[in-house]
Amino acid sequence: MPASEGSLSEEVEVAREEPRGGLAVAVWATLKRDLVLLLRRRSEVLNPLVFFAIVITLFPIGISPDPALLAAIAPGLLWVAALLAALLSLDSLFRADYDDGSLEQLLLTPQPLALLALAKVAVHWLLTGLPLALMAPVLGIMLALPAGSYVILGVSLALGSASLSLIGAIGAALTVGLSRGGVLLSLLVLPLYIPVLIFGAGAVQAAIYGDGVLAHLAILGALLALALILAPLAIAASLRISING
Amino acid sequence: MWAFINKLRSPKWFYAISARLQPWFWAAALILIVTGTIWGLAFAPADYQQGNSFRIIYVHVPAAFLAQSIFVSLAVTGLVFMVWKIKIADMAATVMAPLGAAMTFVALFSGAVWGVPTWGTWWMWDARLTSMLILLFLYLGVIALRGAFASRDSASRAASVLAMVGVINIPIIKYSVDWWYTLHQPATFTVTGRAAMPMEMWLPLLIMVLGFYSFFIALTLMRTRSEILRRESSKRWVRELAEEAN
Repeated sequence: MPASEGSLSEEVEVAREEPRGGLAVAVWATLKRDLVLLLRRRSEVLNPLVFFAIVITLFPIGISPDPALLAAIAPGLLWVAALLAALLSLDSLFRADYDDGSLEQLLLTPQPLALLALAKVAVHWLLTGLPLALMAPVLGIMLALPAGSYVILGVSLALGSASLSLIGAIGAALTVGLSRGGVLLSLLVLPLYIPVLIFGAGAVQAAIYGDGVLAHLAILGALLALALILAPLAIAASLRISING
Repeated sequence: MWAFINKLRSPKWFYAISARLQPWFWAAALILIVTGTIWGLAFAPADYQQGNSFRIIYVHVPAAFLAQSIFVSLAVTGLVFMVWKIKIADMAATVMAPLGAAMTFVALFSGAVWGVPTWGTWWMWDARLTSMLILLFLYLGVIALRGAFASRDSASRAASVLAMVGVINIPIIKYSVDWWYTLHQPATFTVTGRAAMPMEMWLPLLIMVLGFYSFFIALTLMRTRSEILRRESSKRWVRELAEEAN
């Protein structure tokens, strides 16, 4: 694969330039490599967004096109659909790296695996969570979401999906060595998503009713802070298990 | 201290010591559960609001206690296994997970049955029922993950990590679900605070809780022993044991 060869020789060069090869260099290299690889496989970035749109289309067809009814359930629908879309994209988070062996190289680097994994998760959020958050208000219009809650919908999704990526990456790391880990991955990860869903959808509801949304957003931020500290350690441990097994 | 920990590492030693402990826990479980059941179902006074239907509490609460304790035990044994590589810990975790899932189901089912006379419906999206349901999903995840790996060592370590991740999340899930919605009465049973119910109702409940815990310990010892025999079946001491039995 030309992509991985390119990044490999790049890493060699980086090592030559900076013999003490700092952590920042490694993290930056991982970030750049993952961004380039994902942007080359554009369908992997676009598919979750298309999935999001299709699922949102199903609800008016399945339930009722009545705007009043849709408006009442729109915050929950948008959040659940975005959560499922993010979940679907998780399986490929470590899959390609596992198949071509670059994950093993990542394990062998002297830099802490947790931080390199964090860089990979950051790219995943940047190309899945953030686009979903940007797209959600558009779908909100289609579900007759009451005005005044669009910004909060986007912000809560952007904040919440970062936690979703971090927590989901633990599941992805645990199941990457299994040939059919997809369904198992959702079984492991979905229960852990519930707090994020509660406060994310709650923020949008609060915005609709005119309550204070800051409490919800603050808790989403707290969940993200906790996930930022603990999840990379669990991801690193899980990757080690998957590679050695 | 180290000598003791080293002894703990040996499945053979555990097999011997658990054989001596096991009958005591079975006896305690039998006596406590029989006493608690008879006392709770026949002699405890009926609730002035709920009548006799409150007696479901004598199954519901101990099962819910065990459901939560067993998940914590899974995480603790997982940590012990990951840090000290004590195989017994993982064997215990293997056999505890299905029991924990079963207890969660019992708590959910008895809660649903209790819901019919008190709430008039089998299921309410009430905070505590919902977090119990999520706990059941967490159990099923741990069991499924353990079953998915071909290599036993990977399966054990993966299940340990997931149990630890789950146990960090349980309080978060619990409080967020509480925030989300609550219909349920506040906690009925506290060890430290003053009991919210009269002594005649509370004592049988305490006996039932202790009985359920004894049952859990006895069953875990017994099933861990069979797990030891299964995993160590190629070891000499197990073969000698089998030959003696024949």
